[in-house]
This record gives sequence, structure tokens and C-alpha cells, in this order.
Amino acid sequence: MNGRVALATAERVLHQLRRDRRTVALVFVVPPLLLALFRYVFDGQPETFDRVGGPLVGIFPFVMMFVVTSVTMLRERTTGTLERLMTLPLSKLDLLAGYALAFALVAALQAAVTCAVAFGLLGLDVEGSVVVVAALAVCNALLGMALGLFASAFAQSEFQAVQFMPAFVLPQFLLCGLLVPRERMADALEWVSYALPLTWAYDGLRRAVEGGDAALVARDAAIVVGVTLVALALAAATLRRRTP
Amino acid sequence: MTAVRVRGLDVVRGSTHALRSVSLEVPSGRVTGLLGPSGSGKTTLLRAIVGVQVVRGGTVEVLGLPAGSPPLRSRVGYVTQAPSVYGDLAARENLAYFARILRVPGERVERALELVDLSRSSRRPVRELSGGEQARVSLAVALLGEPELLVLDEPTVGLDPVLRRDLWSAFHRLAAEGATLLVSSHVMDEAERCDSLVLMREGRVVAAGEPEALLARTRAENLNDAFLVLVEGA
Repeated sequence: MNGRVALATAERVLHQLRRDRRTVALVFVVPPLLLALFRYVFDGQPETFDRVGGPLVGIFPFVMMFVVTSVTMLRERTTGTLERLMTLPLSKLDLLAGYALAFALVAALQAAVTCAVAFGLLGLDVEGSVVVVAALAVCNALLGMALGLFASAFAQSEFQAVQFMPAFVLPQFLLCGLLVPRERMADALEWVSYALPLTWAYDGLRRAVEGGDAALVARDAAIVVGVTLVALALAAATLRRRTP
Repeated sequence: MTAVRVRGLDVVRGSTHALRSVSLEVPSGRVTGLLGPSGSGKTTLLRAIVGVQVVRGGTVEVLGLPAGSPPLRSRVGYVTQAPSVYGDLAARENLAYFARILRVPGERVERALELVDLSRSSRRPVRELSGGEQARVSLAVALLGEPELLVLDEPTVGLDPVLRRDLWSAFHRLAAEGATLLVSSHVMDEAERCDSLVLMREGRVVAAGEPEALLARTRAENLNDAFLVLVEGA
């Protein structure tokens, strides 16, 4: 592991992202826009928007980063740059740390923009701390990034990588408890939900939004970080220096 | 001196037996051409030498170490057939990134660009460049680290004759400075530009040696005919 190589990689990834103006726009404009949509869909039930809007601030980054990273890493695989990197004095950890650093920065900016719009313009009202919600949003973005890096190993084209979004993310979104409280689901689904990382991400967000027990928020965040590390380790295992 | 020593190399890729008991030696400080038709196993052999190919059997020794050992990563430069650089970044930006990975000073970026004659178009995104220019960006990346062994997979495909001649003289200049070059090609007329040759067909080495020796051995007038004699005699 070499910090400078990881930093160089992070800068390179950000540089590439900056060149892609449309993706940048999507990353920063879509989450606030969707929140605005929620706000006016629930125009007659502001309490529903307050209940759902807070956690959504932290869930959008998860979804966006999953897609952006899985496609970026897939490109790295299909254009041969990954193979080139694997012949160079760069450790897998440098590469993954570079990605994590770059996308953490993007996620932090995304969370800041989304929070500013949600709390400033849309009048979202939460009991808890906005900063904690934003911090959890960054954790969730990194979780999405790590899962995206791992998932990219199973896609052979960008088309497939994009299909992983509904396949990996939508079930977690349905089961996490945001739309329907988990205890009202079929028992089997409730149990499955505990095995899914987004469930814990959502619980942390919900507690943070409600101004709930800080220790439990920390526990939920720790689970998210733990799953992120496991996913990164799995992603590292899919990076092979030698291929058939 | 021998830069690369391959012994009994066997590689299976999918359902094809890509290399069958290949043995060869690549002399240091010279330009060795790896020639053969497409599908003869050239790329697989080069991948095994660089250490990115899963092999079934045999040994590959590069600069005295097993192929793919970590110390070799800064001593061996590899250029794949398809340019492996970031299309959304400029040539200069690509080189700057790889220079940081190789931990070489920034001046090398300029020198590598000059060597492949790309100084003028170095600020445009690589994907906007022509195929030949993209291939040269990829080559420039491999030159950054001033590697002792340079493995080039069909580096001159799609280039105009002037540029091809210039690149071949660049290869010989590098060899004169002490580097070893292993260059694959499926065009036999490039064989004449090499100091030594390895001829491949259907996953086997058909013949190896200096061009003059191969011509003398086969009593052929040119290397194309020599190849035919060797294949039909085998």
C-alpha cells in the first residue's frame, strides 16, 4: 500500500468524472430533484414527507454511487486499463482506496447539496441533527461504492452493470422499512431484511432523523462501515493479476 | 545474456490449447520479433511473459525472476494490442497518472511523448485521436518507466509506413541503450527489422534464431519463404 499511488488514483478518477459533465449533473441534480418530487407528491401529507424525506437524503447517494462505480470499474476492466494497472507497481488496495477516496468526496458534496435543498428549500423538518444525517449519507455512499466495485466483476457490459441496479438495489430498497415498516411484512421477508445492508443504513438514518439514541445510530453506522469493508475485501478478491 | 527464458510452457484458454510446450530464449539488449499468423499464440505467450496469464505448466523466467514477480512490475513494460489508456483523459494526463504509479519524475512524460511523436496532440482526450495515435499513447505509457524489458503486442498495426519506420528505429535506439524488446507482429516484412526471431504457428514455436541464419538454413530468398519452408518441413 502506498498513499501517494492511492491519491494519484483518486485524482485520476475525479478528473475523469469532471470531464463527464452530464454524469456530474446527474449526481448532483437528481437527488434534490427526486426529493422535490416526493415533497409535492405528498403535498397533502407533510408528515409523510418528513418521515420519508430524511432517510431518502441518505439513501440516494447509496443508489447513485452503486451505479457510477460499477460502470467506472467495468470500463476499467473492458478497456484493458485494469490489466495494465495489474502489471504495474500498484497494489489492489491502492486502487480500491483511490476509488473510495474519490467517491467519498463526491458523496460528501452530493450529501451537502441534497441536504441544503431538502432542509433549506423544501422545508424538510427533522428532530435530529442534519450533520449526522449527512454523515450517514456519506457512509451509505461508500457502501454503494463498495458493492458497485464488487458487482462490476459479474458484468460483461455496461448494459449488464446498469441492470444490477434494480437487481441489487431495488429489493433492498423495498425491504429496508422505508415504504412499509418491516414488522408488517411477511415474516420471511422481515428476516431477509436483517441480512441486507440497506436495512441497517435505513435504521441509522431513521433514528438520526428522529433524534433517537445516539449509541444505536453509531451501531447502525458501524454495521454499514463493516459491510463496506467486507464488500471492499470481496472486490479486491475479484481483481486478479493473472487471468485465464 | 538472456532476458527471458521459457521452458515447456503450456497454456489452455477456454477450449483452446493456446500454447503447447513452448520453449524459447530472448537475448538481452536486442529487438526480438515474435512472428506468426493471428491465433498462433503470440499474445498468450506475451501475456505469460508479463505474468498476467494463468498457465497450466512450464516455467517463465524474466530478468532472472519468475514472470509476474512484484519486483518485475517496474522493470517490464507491456503494451497490449488494443490501446489500454483512459479515453476520456488527454495523453499527457494519462502519462502523468502512470508516471506517479511508477514513481518516475514528471520530465519523463515529455520525453515519452517526444519518443512516440505525440507532443502536438497531447492535450486532446485520447478518444478523439486516431487509432494510430491512441496506440502510440499506450506505447508511451510503457516507455515512462524506462523498462529493461519492453513487451509490445503488435505495436505497428494500422500505422502509416513513415511512422512504422520511425518506431522501429526508436525500438533499435532503445535496444542500443541496453533495453530488451520483444515485439510481436503478424506481418512477415517486419521480421527483417528484428535482430532475432521467434516464429510461431498453432501454439508452437516453429523456429527461432537470427534472420540470416534462418535464411541460410532454409535456403530461402526472403523470410516469408523461409517461414513456409519451416512450416511445411515441420
